[in-house]
Amino acid sequence: MTKSKKKAVPSPKKGFLTNMKIYKEYYIMLIPGLLFFLIFCYGPMYGLLIAFQDYYPLKGIHGSEWVGMKHFLKLFSDPFFLSVFRNTIIISLYKLAVCFPAPILLCLALNEIKHLKFKKLAQSVSYLPHFVSWVVVSGIIIEFLSPSRGPINILLQNLGLEPIFFVADSRYFRGVLVLSDLWKSIGWGSIVYLAAVTSVDPTLYEAAEMDGAGRIGKIIHVTLPALVPIITVMLIMESGKILNDSFEQVYNFLTPTTYSVGDVISTFVYRMGIQKMQYSFTTAVDLFKNIISFALVMLTNYVAGKTNDYALW
Amino acid sequence: MKASKTKKHRKRSAEDWIVDILSYGFTLILVISICLPFMQVITISMSPASVVNATGFHLIPTKFDFSGYIEIANNDNFWHSYLITIARTILGTTCGVLVTMLTAYPLAKTNLPYRKGLMMFVVFTMYFSGGMIPKYLLIKNLGLTNKFLVYILPCLITGFALIITRNFFMGIPAALEESAKIDGASNMTVLFRIYLPLSAPVVATISLWYCVQHWNSWMDNMLYVTKNGLYVLQYVLQTILTNGRTADMEAVTEVIVHTETMKMAALILSLIPIVCTYPFLQKYFVKGMIVGSVKG
Repeated sequence: MTKSKKKAVPSPKKGFLTNMKIYKEYYIMLIPGLLFFLIFCYGPMYGLLIAFQDYYPLKGIHGSEWVGMKHFLKLFSDPFFLSVFRNTIIISLYKLAVCFPAPILLCLALNEIKHLKFKKLAQSVSYLPHFVSWVVVSGIIIEFLSPSRGPINILLQNLGLEPIFFVADSRYFRGVLVLSDLWKSIGWGSIVYLAAVTSVDPTLYEAAEMDGAGRIGKIIHVTLPALVPIITVMLIMESGKILNDSFEQVYNFLTPTTYSVGDVISTFVYRMGIQKMQYSFTTAVDLFKNIISFALVMLTNYVAGKTNDYALW
Repeated sequence: MKASKTKKHRKRSAEDWIVDILSYGFTLILVISICLPFMQVITISMSPASVVNATGFHLIPTKFDFSGYIEIANNDNFWHSYLITIARTILGTTCGVLVTMLTAYPLAKTNLPYRKGLMMFVVFTMYFSGGMIPKYLLIKNLGLTNKFLVYILPCLITGFALIITRNFFMGIPAALEESAKIDGASNMTVLFRIYLPLSAPVVATISLWYCVQHWNSWMDNMLYVTKNGLYVLQYVLQTILTNGRTADMEAVTEVIVHTETMKMAALILSLIPIVCTYPFLQKYFVKGMIVGSVKG
């Protein structure tokens, strides 16, 4: 096909059309991928316009009436939205407090285990839940926490206490969300830290030993300092995701009895938007959330770049 | 390794004991708490109803009864969704990997004009999205609802996989491409005859990403598909699992309450492909995770 052009990649020229001609083959290769992003990622962004309309499916985006900020104003006075917004942030903060440090602890523990077979086994087992869908995980966890069969409830009963229906009880629901997230993500999350630990220069440990450091001393003075940069980056990035609730998780656990504590933005959008067809209002909710979380991610990424030359791009 | 050898002839101090107890203890508790729920599910799936409904621990099967598996074996919906899921996983992964490679190849050429802008075009989609409702309306307007293609096209590739692949391609020496082109090879030949064999690790990694993503996906089914014959495994599993669970108002039309053993049997059967491919998953996923976290 390209007998005429012998050079692998010609150097760039000025005009747009000249470029298109010279690099024709490359741009043709890009077409399917770019079309995908254009249609399925930028298409919905164009659809965000309906947040400023009273959208009727039959009239379409071009025919529906423009209403300006009406839905955004409604959003701030909607008692359901405020509680949903609060739930989202509270659940995210709980997860940040529990599911963020846990993989670091696991990494430190695994690093101290000298019995290689056990270490390998522990890693294999703890990575497994990551590959399982939330449908399955929720099925397993709900079965495990069942009031009549679950080991925890059997223990409670043996201690003479009443069994607790954890998943349907609004007092425990957030705990179930946090712990099931921990169950699914702890092993997988530790990989990043383990990779950082393996790159520590072994002579540092020897030097620490010379200076009389014991194993605890080595953890505090060698391993942890080596982890600090990646911990900071991960912490900053995680806090940027505070509004990005996990629909797949919450939806599979949520029942009407736990709406008051467990309903988050995405499940609210799904119920109000898809099931009750309030398209414009829920798009406004989503847009509001997306703008805040985009700003947060940009901010945290900027901070991460400032603190230790590590940014997302 | 060296450090542990020198430690051999030293006496174990109290500190050693503390660290060992804490680290082994923590890891052991984690391993047990991950295994216990799986053990309970496996046990329930193969126990007779009399055992399941009795109080007490259900961690090791005492009596065997495979009626749950038989019940699910006769459930045509379940197996049909299994086939649909296998089809979408194979087709979706193949198309996804092909398009990812096709797109990554030009973007890996450092002197391609407008490359930076194109990269921004891709990266932006990773941080901002239109959200659930506009995407739902778009898919509806495109006429993709209740079509098999809705499982392939809207999740064809991911920006992250594209960037990982591009980074890998950038590490392949340009001289290889140049000499091939002197011999008259086209870009397609270079991509599939030179780049593809050299990038086995990254291709394996992204294929597994796409595979797992397709296998575990159910939201696209819930949102875009209402035709029974097109349901995917996870969605059917979800309806089986939630059947008879508290306050399931919509299920009144169908009064069959699935037995607990049958639910758990369905859950186990949906896990089999994941467990069978787990060694590969673990190997390549960990590799990809590390590549991803280092290059960013």
